[in-house]
Amino acid sequence: MIQYDAGRVKNQLLELIRLAATDLPEDVVESIRNARENEPEGSSARSVFGMLLKNIELAREESTPICQDTGTNIYMVYIPEGVSMRKLTALIHEATSEAVDKSYLRPNAVDSITGKNSGNNIGEGQPFIHFEEWDNDYIEFKLMLKGGGCENVSTQYKLPDVGLGAGRDMDGVYKVIVDAVNQAQGLGCAPGILGIGIGGDRTSSHLTAKSQLFRKMTDTNADAALAELESKLYADLNKLGVGPMGFGGNTTVLGVKVGTLHRLPASFFVSISYMCWAYRRHSMILNTNGEVSYD
Amino acid sequence: MIKLQLPISEAAIRELKMGDEVTISGLMVTARDAAHKYIHENWPDWLKPIMENSMIYHCGPVVKKHDDGSWSFVAAGPTTSIREEPYEAAVMEHYKVRAVIGKGGMGETTLAGLAKSGGVYLHAIGGLAASLAKSVVKVHDVYMLEELGVPEAFWHIEVKDFPAVVTMDSHGGSLHKAIKAQSDKVAEKLIFG
Repeated sequence: MIQYDAGRVKNQLLELIRLAATDLPEDVVESIRNARENEPEGSSARSVFGMLLKNIELAREESTPICQDTGTNIYMVYIPEGVSMRKLTALIHEATSEAVDKSYLRPNAVDSITGKNSGNNIGEGQPFIHFEEWDNDYIEFKLMLKGGGCENVSTQYKLPDVGLGAGRDMDGVYKVIVDAVNQAQGLGCAPGILGIGIGGDRTSSHLTAKSQLFRKMTDTNADAALAELESKLYADLNKLGVGPMGFGGNTTVLGVKVGTLHRLPASFFVSISYMCWAYRRHSMILNTNGEVSYD
Repeated sequence: MIKLQLPISEAAIRELKMGDEVTISGLMVTARDAAHKYIHENWPDWLKPIMENSMIYHCGPVVKKHDDGSWSFVAAGPTTSIREEPYEAAVMEHYKVRAVIGKGGMGETTLAGLAKSGGVYLHAIGGLAASLAKSVVKVHDVYMLEELGVPEAFWHIEVKDFPAVVTMDSHGGSLHKAIKAQSDKVAEKLIFG
């Protein structure tokens, strides 16, 4: 069974948080570079993309957060049989609190009744940590920082949707997603990346949508029908003209990632998890020898 | 590029038009959700000298406290402004605030308020936190830090060459309305054929 040194893992997790907050993954940066090239010289969209790229560089160089809203910290943790989830949770909490002290994270946990900020980014349900057991002998921590602006424009539809003429099929799914992105405009810090969950119940549907956001920008869906839906949505949503920040432009979404779950005969949910352009996610593998590698 | 120096007069603000690119220098204050709720319930006089002919920045920063007790902003981009829609027009009129800086734009009530009391909406780039923090050259003071917490406190800051775009002006112009009207047409075609 995997043995680890708690103090060391806490520091390794702190580095994972630092990377997530300050270092935008290369696949995302590349898609922003491409979006910039796709806007005409002298347009405000092109100038906005230029500023985003400079900010990405500055945050990486100076090790400061790309965005001040360091968001909900969403962890997906994959563990071998027998690893204590409670102990790993405690280490994540320790690293989180230290990350606030180091200004990598903003204290973002507010008591819903009293309005009191906990001051260390820890509270009920914060950070969000989801564990799964797997067959590998190592542990993987995936971390995404998802800000409030883009979470607020994330949404869930149930089909049929009479107003949109959206039935209980893939065409209906397509229609509600177009509506969601049009309603979002620039509010979620466009261009966004969409994680879509089709099926499930209200909870599992949203979790599937969010899980899709851990995929690489450049991957292709293994399911042919979903791959087709992803590319059709990507092409059509970029006709909306919302553009970066909602200033108008050719890029409204940088990517679309769709996953499905079985559903009840009575329920047909479509969940849309809208991620801002500051698509902050990194992962860390903790090997049996205590060494880590980051992606 | 138009340079704005704070404090600024109503007349100077009324000259600005949708689409103008500006840079801002001078003293302004951050206020977001809890701060706006607090203002609306208390209308405190102590905010008057801070806000009059100045600007409100919708921002919840990442900050650093130094050994001598002073603060600096580490990351400080705009937050989504529309959540302040129920309050902003009244706040701007009461305190003679000449602009709010945020992201995503605001609604009809604020747009009408800008025309009435003489103000503009300035759009900063969302997620530009590392860069915009560089424009915050000094944190002069912080109010209600204990009650509201770091993101929601009133931070009285001095900015230099802070970049923004006028997306709503005092003449009824709103870039957000224009873009939405255009994308609504495209969406309708994609959805209904």
